[in-house]
Amino acid sequence: MNDKATIIVHSGDLDKIYSALIVANGALSMGMEVSLYFTFWGLSRLKKGELEKGPLSRMNMMGIGSRMVKSRMKKANVVSLERLLSDFKELGGKIIACEMTMEIMGIKADDLRSDLIDEYGAVGTYIQEAKESKINLFI
Amino acid sequence: MSNKGLLIKMTEIHVDVTGETCPVPLVETRKALRKASPGDIVEVTGTHPASKKEIPMAVKALNLELMEVKEEQGVWKIRIRK
Repeated sequence: MNDKATIIVHSGDLDKIYSALIVANGALSMGMEVSLYFTFWGLSRLKKGELEKGPLSRMNMMGIGSRMVKSRMKKANVVSLERLLSDFKELGGKIIACEMTMEIMGIKADDLRSDLIDEYGAVGTYIQEAKESKINLFI
Repeated sequence: MSNKGLLIKMTEIHVDVTGETCPVPLVETRKALRKASPGDIVEVTGTHPASKKEIPMAVKALNLELMEVKEEQGVWKIRIRK
């Protein structure tokens, strides 16, 4: 079996979603299997039309910071989160959505981009993935 | 008598990631390698400095053959055999 990486995507901040997806795609590119477990604010980024809408974790300044960073990223030729996510799926990455978050935050399966989600699960699913992973991150 | 059976069909795949930054060169290399058949050659051309080091790391991790790495005026070419 291939080496594996599991990341809990807890934050919905723009910069942290970038970190999670870049690490995930790097791991897939180097031949690892990757599971992303989306929970809390992270899961809300999987709602339809919400992926690119996260604030910056620092210096967001009511969205001005987020817009500034996005324009700097564009200049530096950094790809969009949408592109990173579609690469992630193309390379065989797995997405797990936290059911409890859906319940707490009143997110219905219909609100989420179900075409991207491989599995709906709880902590047991995460532990099952994490215990066989060489890289385990919480972002 | 034909010796068609001895001919090995080998394709060369070119990936151009000139101007692209992290993680695109690595990801595009992996995408091309996944699509390639065993024996195919994937040639990646790019300018992102870190990827020149990291694509060979990925090639090693994937147990594939790194054929050549060369650079001219900031543009590198990496040849990989699947």
